[in-house]
Amino acid sequence: MPRLSTSPVRNEVIIINSRTREIIAKTFIWAAAIFVLVILAFIIIYILVKGLPIISWRFLTEPPSNMGRSGGVSSTIVGTLLITLVAILIAAPFGIGTAFYLAEYTRENTVTRVIRFSAESLAGIPSIVYGLFGFIFFVIYLKMGWSILSGGLTLAFMILPTIIRTSEESIRAVPEIFREVSFSLSATKWQTIYKVVFPAALAGIVNGIILSVGRCIAETAAVVLTAGSALRIPSSLFSPTRSMAVHFYILAREGISMENAYGTAALLIILIFLINVVANTLLNSFMEKGR
Amino acid sequence: MNNFKEKLAGRIFLVLAFSSISALALITVFILIQGAPIMTKVGLFKFVFGMEWAPSQEKFGIFPMLVGSVSVTLGAALLGVPIGICCSIFLAEFAPATVRNIFRPAIQLLAGIPSVVYGFWGLIFIIPVIRDYLGGPGLSILAGSIILAIMILPTIISISEVSILALPRQYKEGALALGMNQWQAIWSVMLPAAKSGIVAAVILGIGRAIGETMAVIMILGNAVALPESILDPVRTLTTNIGIEMGYAAGEHRQALFATGIVLFIIIMIINASAQYITRKK
Repeated sequence: MPRLSTSPVRNEVIIINSRTREIIAKTFIWAAAIFVLVILAFIIIYILVKGLPIISWRFLTEPPSNMGRSGGVSSTIVGTLLITLVAILIAAPFGIGTAFYLAEYTRENTVTRVIRFSAESLAGIPSIVYGLFGFIFFVIYLKMGWSILSGGLTLAFMILPTIIRTSEESIRAVPEIFREVSFSLSATKWQTIYKVVFPAALAGIVNGIILSVGRCIAETAAVVLTAGSALRIPSSLFSPTRSMAVHFYILAREGISMENAYGTAALLIILIFLINVVANTLLNSFMEKGR
Repeated sequence: MNNFKEKLAGRIFLVLAFSSISALALITVFILIQGAPIMTKVGLFKFVFGMEWAPSQEKFGIFPMLVGSVSVTLGAALLGVPIGICCSIFLAEFAPATVRNIFRPAIQLLAGIPSVVYGFWGLIFIIPVIRDYLGGPGLSILAGSIILAIMILPTIISISEVSILALPRQYKEGALALGMNQWQAIWSVMLPAAKSGIVAAVILGIGRAIGETMAVIMILGNAVALPESILDPVRTLTTNIGIEMGYAAGEHRQALFATGIVLFIIIMIINASAQYITRKK
């Protein structure tokens, strides 16, 4: 009999416990999420508030003068764009080609496992190690010197895994029926890939490339070791240059000009934001087409 | 003609597919060639466990930096992992659609911001706060851990969220049907089921923290000495390369490549274990 009297009480205790626990857990989870959003907003708003007033047409179109104490950032914008362009032009064919091979030309076997292992390992290698490699391989061994070409090629190595992964995902997202219809019209494999699969996967592939552009623009460690930090406007692909991120780093670390540092940082954040917006819009349109 | 084109296309794709393998091989070979001689000259043990780093006197010991890297990374993991996992649960289970539509792009932006900007922000905000309220120079393990914790959040959140969302719906529905509340279903059914993905997320986050250079170069103080508290400045393997590569030559430069080898090996072990854990599933 005593068991009967205690059991409802015990049950109640358990119910209260699990409910309280759920409330506590939910509170923590909401708090963590809000905390992260607040920190992010704080970082971005702080840099923008300090940096946006610095950005003007002159800031964008004048080269830095007096080591960056005055003048704008035009030469670093040119440098960043050229390095990024080289990186994408080299990495895109290799990355997209690898993705087509993995998705269309082979089954999972030892070769694909090694390819995937290499790509995932490349994705995890720190940028400073890419910098060391680019310095010894492109700058010294291939005698390219500190140059746009060395910087761009080094970054091509770095973004290769991103392009492979995003391209493979979007190729695999193309419905099988597309290929079957194409084959049934007696198209060959290459024709199917070239005329059917590639156009269908294009938006997703471009999305990956745009994200890689963002990585190139944000990269500092690998660029400073391979492209140098010269402030002149580059005259050829073999000229040394200074990217925006490197420029910001040097201005801030050596305390050359806090104002111009904030301006450059704000410019970088705006660029990354725009790149993300474009990439997401593309991805959404791609996903809707897939449906 | 068509047949030839077909064969050619297949060959070309195969050749392109070897790019990532050759890239990894090139990186490994060139860094080894540059760094290995000084390692053998100093002696592997003395290089890794040596306490003194004085390139001008040809003393190359990286143990303080190894300790620096490990301590900063541990600190970042302690702060970042719980918050990151909470955020991934939030996104996968609790967030209303509107909040999620703000949160996801925000995390993406967090991942895209140049690491130098984080370092700069830490220098301006975190350092003075630590110096004024906790003492010490401010440039410290603690400051580095805080900044790295923020920087590894996107990795941890996005990979954990994907592995929670990838669970079959029946797991959650079954748990709820058994009378569990939402949190019990998450805690005792979904998290254990998504464990391998979450562990991989944490490992990759740790890999990012160990490899980060430019953010911590401004806020760690870069002193080559064994830290006694989390308020002491340290130098990490990455910042050692980042600071001295600009002017190093000869054996000094080789020693920096050797530092790179140690970093490379640590990262490859981390990568391989993350890949092993995700494959096992």
